[in-house]
Amino acid sequence: MTIDLNPRFTFEAFVVGPNNRLAATACRTVSDHPGTSYNPLFIYSQTGLGKTHLLMAIGQRVQELNPGAVVEYLTLDEFVEAYHAAVSAGSPEEFHVRFGNAAVVLLDDVQFLSHSKEMQNELIRMAAEFQEAELQLVLTSDRPPADIEELDERLLTQLDGGLVVDIGTPEFETRLAILQRRAEEGGAEFSPDVLAAIAELDVQHVRALLGVFNRLQAFQSVNDQPLTAEQARALVLGEEPVAEAAAAAPEQEAEGEAPDEFSEFLHGLEVTVTQQVEGWKAVIEQAIAEWSERGYDTGLLQALLEQGVPGGTEAAVRAFERKIERLRGLEAEIAVIDPEAARQPVFKSPDRIDEAEKMVRAAREKFVPLPRPSDAFALESFQMGEATRMALEAGRAVITQPGTRYNPLMLVGPSGVGKTHLLHSIGRLLNAEAGGGVACLAAETFVEELVSAIEQDALPAWRARYRHASAFLLDDVHQIGARAQTQEELFNLFNLFADAGRQMVFTANVLPQDMEGLDDRLKSRFVGGLVATIEPPDKELRRAIVRTHLENRLGSAEADVVNYLAERATDSVRSLLSVIQRAVAGAEAMGGALTLGGARRLLEEQAKKETRVSSSGGQGGAVINPPGVLRSQEKFVWDWPNAVDRVIEELS
Amino acid sequence: MSLVNFTTREITCKIVYYGPGRSGKTTNLQYVYDQVPAERRGRMVSLATQTDRTLFFDFLPLELGTISGFTTKFQLYTVPGQVYYNATRKLVLQGADGVVFVADSQARQLDENIASLQNLQANLLEQGIDVRTLPVVIQYNKQGLPPELVLPVEELDDAMNFRGVPSFGADALTGNGVFETLRAVSELVLRKLSEGQPA
Repeated sequence: MTIDLNPRFTFEAFVVGPNNRLAATACRTVSDHPGTSYNPLFIYSQTGLGKTHLLMAIGQRVQELNPGAVVEYLTLDEFVEAYHAAVSAGSPEEFHVRFGNAAVVLLDDVQFLSHSKEMQNELIRMAAEFQEAELQLVLTSDRPPADIEELDERLLTQLDGGLVVDIGTPEFETRLAILQRRAEEGGAEFSPDVLAAIAELDVQHVRALLGVFNRLQAFQSVNDQPLTAEQARALVLGEEPVAEAAAAAPEQEAEGEAPDEFSEFLHGLEVTVTQQVEGWKAVIEQAIAEWSERGYDTGLLQALLEQGVPGGTEAAVRAFERKIERLRGLEAEIAVIDPEAARQPVFKSPDRIDEAEKMVRAAREKFVPLPRPSDAFALESFQMGEATRMALEAGRAVITQPGTRYNPLMLVGPSGVGKTHLLHSIGRLLNAEAGGGVACLAAETFVEELVSAIEQDALPAWRARYRHASAFLLDDVHQIGARAQTQEELFNLFNLFADAGRQMVFTANVLPQDMEGLDDRLKSRFVGGLVATIEPPDKELRRAIVRTHLENRLGSAEADVVNYLAERATDSVRSLLSVIQRAVAGAEAMGGALTLGGARRLLEEQAKKETRVSSSGGQGGAVINPPGVLRSQEKFVWDWPNAVDRVIEELS
Repeated sequence: MSLVNFTTREITCKIVYYGPGRSGKTTNLQYVYDQVPAERRGRMVSLATQTDRTLFFDFLPLELGTISGFTTKFQLYTVPGQVYYNATRKLVLQGADGVVFVADSQARQLDENIASLQNLQANLLEQGIDVRTLPVVIQYNKQGLPPELVLPVEELDDAMNFRGVPSFGADALTGNGVFETLRAVSELVLRKLSEGQPA
């Protein structure tokens, strides 16, 4: 993957001088002929002299010459992390495959290898393999290999077998060329004297030199007048020239000369104002230099500078850095889903973070949409009663304060009491509030998806999809009791959501502590939020449910009918709804209102028929169960009131 | 009183020269006045008695021009050193951004210096200002007098500068140390102002 290559770091943008000529030439050579010239190539220098620039330039040049080539650029930390991830996932070979597929591996900052024997061994293995397969390995460090503590002799020998080259500090001419290049790139106009004056200063690091340049640029833009070489020098050196002047003043006076004390005073004030009053600018300029160096758009910070009024400078810079952190997270996420999209400039533009969020959301959706809560369930249609009060109130609290009030919320109750209804209702409202991103599914589906992801070797993407959900709702969680891998995934997901303060809701038919086969670590987490039970509906609740449904379907509900129907099914809401459904359907079929007598006939006669079906079937063995397979009872001959009449009726 | 206005890009600050009578406060201002080009200085207002002792106060406005993009104005004041003009001293101290305490380096004046320093602290406290939070520098003036008459800077520091503020030996008549002192207090004031920028 080349997602981290900064497009600004090319060979064309690298100023070559005597201090870095050898390194630059070696880098060009390996990028033109990877794997065959200097392998491995080891570059070392102090910080800020262009190692990373050269490393990325190699990557970009290789890709330019061979667009299909895989280039891996990463810091040692990322390299170690990738190795640990592969090992902890039980597939270290994935690590080898990943880097074995790369034409060029660029490894930055390897000086931290000191105390990692394990990674040194990996590098030794990799260097040997790369040499054999003519794949290019390039490493950078802030010190020569021999100075890296506890570096394995075998690795030292391998590095010596390639090319070890250093980058020195730039001389005056190189510094001047760098400044001129920067001025051209940034469209800044400085007199040659100014750039020469700055180049003459002993600024050792290119990064520091560019920081100085940015400062001068900002100063000039504020003053709307060309900067003189003397001003530039004073700005960079701070108080030094003034201190020298002050020290010299008494001597001059002793000699009877009349120094222009007022001018010296003004000059000193100018330095003080620049350093103290305009100190906030230095903070922003430093941040601009740092982040633009890393390829990020610093327009937001530039705007602050141009505004010219300090207002919470530190806070503004911190907010900017938080946005970059978020962008990095988004970039990392989309890199898993869609590596090409990760290269979009929007992921380097903190002022376009909303756009980046949308892109990632769209990519998630495009990849595999999250299972959404069903629209068939509305919170308004969930009846409040003593049996449901606690669960309903808890659900409402979760909707208004997701992630903070009850997390997780565990809804427990027997089958058919409305757990799924409430779960999806909560999910819908959370989804509306968060603008999408809520995952709501049955545990069974969760298990199936996981199995499928493992089969398709798509586990990281599957995990990424759920890890970025804004809330996670899982129905019938007791069903994962015997699924060890699912429990492991759920455990990790749970911790991530809990840490991020994102809401989780679960349903189960038993209390967490009674779930068979469930890890104790999950049980303890489930009970750590709120366990709200939903009891079978009591009489009042059943009446309310019947009344509501009759009124909705028939427009009215007679009290005696309501009482009658409410007593017909007492174990669950689901069975009660079934009774209501049958009664309403019967009434509608007869084209009249539902009366107590009508309801009795419909339900009790049907019950008798069902009993007969059941008993006859048992004797004759002719009934096919379940009834759902043959839905119409009329297809059974014993259901006809009079077989002869029926035949006549059909014949006529 | 003090102001760094980033919108209009103006800096205005008030610096008060404090100290016992005849320590050389007005001489400091006169030297500054003489060094400033005519177009940059306002009229120096000096309300003095017939014996040339400051009765009320001196006031020297300085238009320092554009410094790093800011139109900068300094207002230099002196207070009457005599004990019985304390009311005037309090008045002048109001809204001060920084204080130059001008001490008389003569050994015989040490007690007066200390009394004036205590008076400064008391007057500031009365205005609710902790002297530790106000930019203050001490100038030991008259170091140009014969050595047998004056105390060296180190000794004066030991006796008076128990807070360790910046201190300077000076001879305001010749101008030695005058601008050094002014620059030091200006720096402290500007630093304080920048610390007070809105967050």
